[in-house]
Amino acid sequence: MSLPTPDTAHLRRPEYASVYEPAEDTFLLLDALESDRVELQALRPTVCVEIGSGSGCVSAFLGQVLDPHPALIISTDINPAANAATQETAARCTTPIALLEQCCTRFVQALDTRLAGKVDVLVFNPPYVVTPTEEIDSTPEASAWAGGRDGREVLDQLLPQIPALLSPAGRFYLVVIEQNNPDEVAQILAEHGLLGTRVLSRMAGREHLSILRFTRKHAE
Amino acid sequence: MRLITHNMLKCHVKNCNDPDKQFPLRFKDAQLEQIEAERNDEFLVRMLPRIEWSALATTATELGIELPKEVPKVPADDDAFMQALHTAIMEMHVKGGSMVCNGCGHEYKITKGIPNMLLAEHEI
Repeated sequence: MSLPTPDTAHLRRPEYASVYEPAEDTFLLLDALESDRVELQALRPTVCVEIGSGSGCVSAFLGQVLDPHPALIISTDINPAANAATQETAARCTTPIALLEQCCTRFVQALDTRLAGKVDVLVFNPPYVVTPTEEIDSTPEASAWAGGRDGREVLDQLLPQIPALLSPAGRFYLVVIEQNNPDEVAQILAEHGLLGTRVLSRMAGREHLSILRFTRKHAE
Repeated sequence: MRLITHNMLKCHVKNCNDPDKQFPLRFKDAQLEQIEAERNDEFLVRMLPRIEWSALATTATELGIELPKEVPKVPADDDAFMQALHTAIMEMHVKGGSMVCNGCGHEYKITKGIPNMLLAEHEI
């Protein structure tokens, strides 16, 4: 039985005009989380973080994937409209999400020290589109997709922090396109002791999307 | 924002690096609302080791929320403790106000229950 996609109809309202609407990349990530549902439930995550939650579709879905087991899910975004959208998406879920919290910040700034070694599930659908560097964060909308050179400039700022955030059995889900050079991303994280697997791939128009999942090489 | 999230936040202003003062942030003009929630002891017990207890207890006291200073040896067996913990981290929401750093004095605003931790370029 498949889980319902969170209702994000409120994104049509003008106050949410700058928030990225769920699209093929979002749905591929939902599919990856759903196909890992048994494993994720067995892991019994206590702390989950989504970086750049946008509409909140993925954060709310993660809450449903873990249901009936509550977890602290912290959704971050640098766009306050996205924080509000995420809050509303969670509130509209038919299955109430026990503990979905918002934080307006860049990546996990202000949270990283306390969350070090505590994040059981980390999710990031980064701004992966190849653009000129100047387009990065040029508008709230652009922050959701403009990724600069190879679509990697924003992601590359975060990558070195990932290993420190994950708990011993923690896992990291990442959306990439082929232009991002997924093998190189995996290699960078491998140098930090994380093992990457491509769990799902799909063509969406001209985008060849994949979901990568990383765990510690010597996971408990 | 619930107190469990506040317990994860630390001042990140550049050159503000006295660990005893950056955390916990002190609430100012906090608007509190209690929203009833279903208690799940299994989750609370899992969450306990990830909480900085003294920071949570101090903050709760400042906000007028009752919480013991110490965690009992077997928390799950102490119903009054579990209820107090549940109320403090699951039911109490900070809707507005701000959080102030005891080190550098930076003030982080909370709007509609969402903390804004973004800093200006020169503060990073």
